[in-house]
Amino acid sequence: MIVAEKKPVEEIIDYVKDFKKLLIAGCNECVTVCEAGGKKEVGILASALRMYFLNEGKKVEIDEVTLERQCDHEYLEEIRDRIDKYDAVLSLACGVGVQFMAEKYFSTPVFPGVNTCFLGAAEERGVWSERCQACGQCILGETAGICPISRCAKRLLNGPCGGSTKGKCEINKDLDCAWQLIIDRLKELNRLDDYEKIMPIKDWSTERAGGPRKVVREDVRL
Amino acid sequence: MRINYPGTIRIIRLPCTGKVDVIHILRAFEKGADGVYVVGCLEGECRFSNGNLRAKKRIEQAQQILDAIGIGGERAQMYNLSSADGPRFAEYAVEMTEKIKKLGPNPLKKAKEKMAA
Amino acid sequence: MSTKTPSKLEKILSAGHMAVTSECGPPRGSDSEDITKKAEMIKNHVDAINITDNQTSVTRLCSLASCIHLKKMGVEPTLQMVTRDRNRIALQSDILGAASFDIYNILCLSGDHQNFGDCPQGQNVFDIDSIQLIQTVRQMRDEGKFLGGDDINRPPQMFVGAAANPFADPFEIRVPRLAKKIAAGVEFIQTQCIYNLEKFELWMKQACDRGLHEKVYILAGVTPFKSAGMAKYMKNRVPGMDVPDDVVKRMSGVPKENQAEEGINICVETIQRLKEVEGVKGFHIMAIEWEDKVPEIVERTGLYPRPDIS
Repeated sequence: MIVAEKKPVEEIIDYVKDFKKLLIAGCNECVTVCEAGGKKEVGILASALRMYFLNEGKKVEIDEVTLERQCDHEYLEEIRDRIDKYDAVLSLACGVGVQFMAEKYFSTPVFPGVNTCFLGAAEERGVWSERCQACGQCILGETAGICPISRCAKRLLNGPCGGSTKGKCEINKDLDCAWQLIIDRLKELNRLDDYEKIMPIKDWSTERAGGPRKVVREDVRL
Repeated sequence: MRINYPGTIRIIRLPCTGKVDVIHILRAFEKGADGVYVVGCLEGECRFSNGNLRAKKRIEQAQQILDAIGIGGERAQMYNLSSADGPRFAEYAVEMTEKIKKLGPNPLKKAKEKMAA
Repeated sequence: MSTKTPSKLEKILSAGHMAVTSECGPPRGSDSEDITKKAEMIKNHVDAINITDNQTSVTRLCSLASCIHLKKMGVEPTLQMVTRDRNRIALQSDILGAASFDIYNILCLSGDHQNFGDCPQGQNVFDIDSIQLIQTVRQMRDEGKFLGGDDINRPPQMFVGAAANPFADPFEIRVPRLAKKIAAGVEFIQTQCIYNLEKFELWMKQACDRGLHEKVYILAGVTPFKSAGMAKYMKNRVPGMDVPDDVVKRMSGVPKENQAEEGINICVETIQRLKEVEGVKGFHIMAIEWEDKVPEIVERTGLYPRPDIS
């Protein structure tokens, strides 16, 4: 999923302090699961902002809504009939949702309520960690199912570097060395010989380096 | 035990403090409460293993938000005591009441009056 | 062995001599004398001098310019190049720049993470890794072609080196990793500082068992301790460094004023023991901000005078 973190309330206040009618829009997908921008977080932020404005002596109307998704037209359309009532939208969706909202409602200011962090997994309750950088050319088949692009601090394709110590990364003792994990798993799969295959220089053009990306699937287009 | 505690306190019963969420605390302030405190079982003695510890962390979160919006995080607090310890319950009630009296009323009350005027 | 480049270091190794290299860190400023002074101290005692490339990710005068200063004073430089800060365009471009000054040695590294340095908020590049940089230089030299496939006019003539750390984890792939670098085309290796001799000898034996010592020149890396404090720091703080307890004990066992001398003694003893180890073809002496001690170490280990090969 896309993992996000709540922005500090102070930062959000700074964005919206001059508006009179606000819509706080949550998203029922990833940000709900990682507890940063779902219905519950919308409620908390709305309550906090209502109190803030009241305390400041400002009359501000704050409405709450949580959409099924903010990255799809059909769900974003659900607020079209009332969007003009608001001076601004505070979107608690990931960066994708915030932008899609801004594109769709071109004349309404839209502000982010979360920091979008990475594509990750819920390691345990309350702990999420990165697993993918969406490089557009998956190499997990060659690296025993562990991604060195997202999990090695130097994204080395032929690791580990000389800083790998007791299974941990040189930059942080709490961080697993991705190449240690790869080697452990290659061993488990009886494929340790594969370690000596040199991974060729990567084509990064399918990654951010190649400019904004797009997937077009003719077979599923209308 | 006929122990007295301040009559200004409104008790909301919960099956476990683990039920308390940040939004409950914020709503209480929104509705005009001057202070909110959560009284859980002693740490390590939660019937559901860590309900009171969860409550503690949620109070901390609420405190941060209250600080950020100018209400003041010190108006929310967590207490722990044994359910058999009536005298201490009263003691905490007095302590919290005195603390809130010192802090004065929820600033939102004044703000509301101003707004109405 | 016949040589493939005009590198003096390659000629010395190829003639069967024990090679001696050292390294200098460029200054945090633009005074070229900071480099030339250091080089002056050691130039008669070593065959080539590495210039580090923003080591530990601290911004310094660039390796290439420093190498040019060495070249101008008649000293053979080894250009260290990390893939942390440059993409493949910049790497190839700098290799050509170095070649235009007839710099004949290059050491291909990935580089410390920027987290350690003075710009922890900076972006890193890592477009390619150290092994792929070895391949890149070899392709540019041997095929005379850029990574993009176009021809290079006057290709670089560089003796290609890399680092090896026998002490990093997991140990079991440390020799396979060396094999991988050899397969990528590396011609000489400078190892991480060696304090755990047993572990180094085990790594070396495993490398010899696979015949790797015949495919690459391995220079054993040594760094003299200036003090017991430095030994402790290296042991506890530097990633991938293996300093056994008895070495730390030996350093702290002598009075403070004699610790520097003891550090040199340990270094000399290390070289003397490793000279006898099969596969060790020379030494890389990294006397960190202590270059003036290099001549003494070289002389005491019988590695002086240096062979006169041009």
